[in-house]
Amino acid sequence: MIVLLGVVVVILGFVTRRNPALVVGVAGIVTGLLGKMDPLEVLAAFGRSFADSRSVTVFAIVLPVIGLLERYGLREQARRLIGRLGKLSAGRFLAVYLLVRQITAAFGLNNIGGPAQTVRPLVAPMAEAAAERKLNASLTGRLREKVRSYASSSDTVGLFFGEDCFIAIGSILLITGFVNSTYGQEIEPTELALWAVPLAVCAFVIHGARLLLLDRQLEREMALASAEHDLPLPKGADK
Amino acid sequence: MIKVEWLYWLVGLVFVVMAVQMAADRTNPKRWTSAAFWGLLGLTFPYGTGVAAVEPGTAAWRLPAEPLGVAVLALIVLAGFNFLGKGVPVTTTAEQREASAVRLGSKIFIPALTIPFVAIVCASVLDESGLFETGKATLLGLGLGCVVALVVGMLVTGEKKVSVPLHSGRSMLEAMGSALLLPQLLAVLGSIFALAGVGTQVGEIVNTLLPENSKYLAVIAYCVGMFLFTVIVGNAFAAFPVMTAAIGWPVLIEQMNGNAPAVLAIGMLAGFCGTLCTPMAANFNIVPATLLELKDQYGPIKAQIPTALALLVCCTVIMALFAF
Repeated sequence: MIVLLGVVVVILGFVTRRNPALVVGVAGIVTGLLGKMDPLEVLAAFGRSFADSRSVTVFAIVLPVIGLLERYGLREQARRLIGRLGKLSAGRFLAVYLLVRQITAAFGLNNIGGPAQTVRPLVAPMAEAAAERKLNASLTGRLREKVRSYASSSDTVGLFFGEDCFIAIGSILLITGFVNSTYGQEIEPTELALWAVPLAVCAFVIHGARLLLLDRQLEREMALASAEHDLPLPKGADK
Repeated sequence: MIKVEWLYWLVGLVFVVMAVQMAADRTNPKRWTSAAFWGLLGLTFPYGTGVAAVEPGTAAWRLPAEPLGVAVLALIVLAGFNFLGKGVPVTTTAEQREASAVRLGSKIFIPALTIPFVAIVCASVLDESGLFETGKATLLGLGLGCVVALVVGMLVTGEKKVSVPLHSGRSMLEAMGSALLLPQLLAVLGSIFALAGVGTQVGEIVNTLLPENSKYLAVIAYCVGMFLFTVIVGNAFAAFPVMTAAIGWPVLIEQMNGNAPAVLAIGMLAGFCGTLCTPMAANFNIVPATLLELKDQYGPIKAQIPTALALLVCCTVIMALFAF
C-alpha cells in the first residue's frame, strides 16, 4: 500500500505546479525506495528504463526540417491558405479550421497552428468578422468572448484529436516506450495511430456540429440582446 | 539490415552537435548549463545501446545501468532547477518569411509531407523486406523520412548550408526546453511504478471495487479514470502510466484479452478529453484566454466541456465494442 505514496507525490507535484521534471524525479526515487529497492537498484531502474524508452524522444529529429521550413515561411503560407476561407459564416469557418487543424496535425504539422501562431492573429479575428458580417451588427461583449472561446476550442480540439493519428507524436511514442519497456511488448506506433482515426472522426462530427450551432446561437442571442436593450433590430434579422 | 540503434546514435549526434552550437552561443545567458543538458542527453543515446533490453546473446556490448541512472538524475536537476536558457535565434524577418511564402506557395508543404509519406511506405511496403530490424520499421521510417525531408526541404527552399536547419532546429529545441524530455521521463516513471508494484496495488483496490469479470465496468473505470486523473494533474501523459499499470494492462489486456493497441490508444485519448476540461492544463486552456484578452479565463474550457464529455462517451463505447 505504501508505494502508492509515489502517486500522491505525482498528484501533489502537478497540482502545486512544481517543475514536472522534478516531480518525476522525486516520485521515482520515493516509489523505488518505498518499493524496497536499494539506492543502487533505483539508479539502475532509472538508467535501464531511460535506455528502453529512448524511442519517445526520437521525434526531436523532426525539428531541423520544421525549423528550416518555418524559416522559409511555412506558417505564413498556412495563414495565407486559411485567409482564403474569409467568406464563410463564423461557425462554418471554425468547422473548416477544425478540420484543417486535425488533418495537418495528423501529418505531424502540429506546430503550424496554436493560440499564439494562428488563433489570436487570424482565426479569432476572422471568426468575429464573419459573425458580424452575418448579423450585420457589432457583437456584444459577451458574444465576442463566446466567438473567441470557440475559436480557441476549435484549435485545441483539432490538435488533440488529430495529432494521435501521427506516429511520431509524443503521446503515441510514450505509449510504445512505456508498454514495450515495462511489459516487454512489440507494439508498433502505426497500430496505435490507427485507433486514433475513429475518434478523430467523432471529434470532427461532434465539435463541428457544435460550431455550426454557434451560428444560430449567435443570431438568437443577438436578437435577444437588441430586444432587451430596446435597440433597433439588426438589418436582415426577421424578428 | 538497418538497426534501430543506428537511429538512436543519429539522434544522439544531433543533440551533441546542437549542444556544441549552444556552448558557443554568447546570446544565451545559460549557455554552459544548456549545453551540458543537451550534450548529456545526446550521450545517453549511444550509452543506452549497452543498457537497453535485448535478446540474450545479440548485444554487441553491455554497460552498467547505474551511471545512466545518475545521468538521468543530472538531467532532471538541470531541467528542474531552471538551468536551461535560450539564445537569440538568428532567423529571417517577418517580411522575408512573407515574401518566401509568396514565392514558394504551397510547395513549402512538400518536405513536411515527405516525413509521414516515407514513414508510411517504410511501415507498410518495406516492412516485410527485411531491410529494417523487426518491429522497428515505423520508427526507422520516421528517421529516414526526416533525412529525406531535409534533402527535399533544402532543394525546395534553395537553402545550401546544412548549418541553417541545424540552427533553426536548435532554436526550437531551446524554445521547448525540458518539455521535450518530459514524455520520456514519464515513461521512466511508469516503469519504476510497475517495478515497485504501484500498478498491482491500485489494481487490487480496483479489483475489490469492480465485480469479477465485468468487462464494461472495467472499460468505464479505465476511461473515466484516465479522464479524472488528467483533470487533476492537467497532463494525460502523467495519468497514463498510473492508470495503465493499474487497470489498462493487468485487467483489460491480460485478464480480459483486450486488443492492446486499441485499449492503450483510446485510453490516452480519454485522457485528452480530460485535458480539454481542466485549468491545470494552462498552456492549452488558460494561455489562449489570456492571449485573446477574454474577461472569463474559463471561456475556452466552457466551449470545450460538452465536446470533451461526448468524446469521453465515444472513447468508452468504442473501446468496449471494438477492443475485445
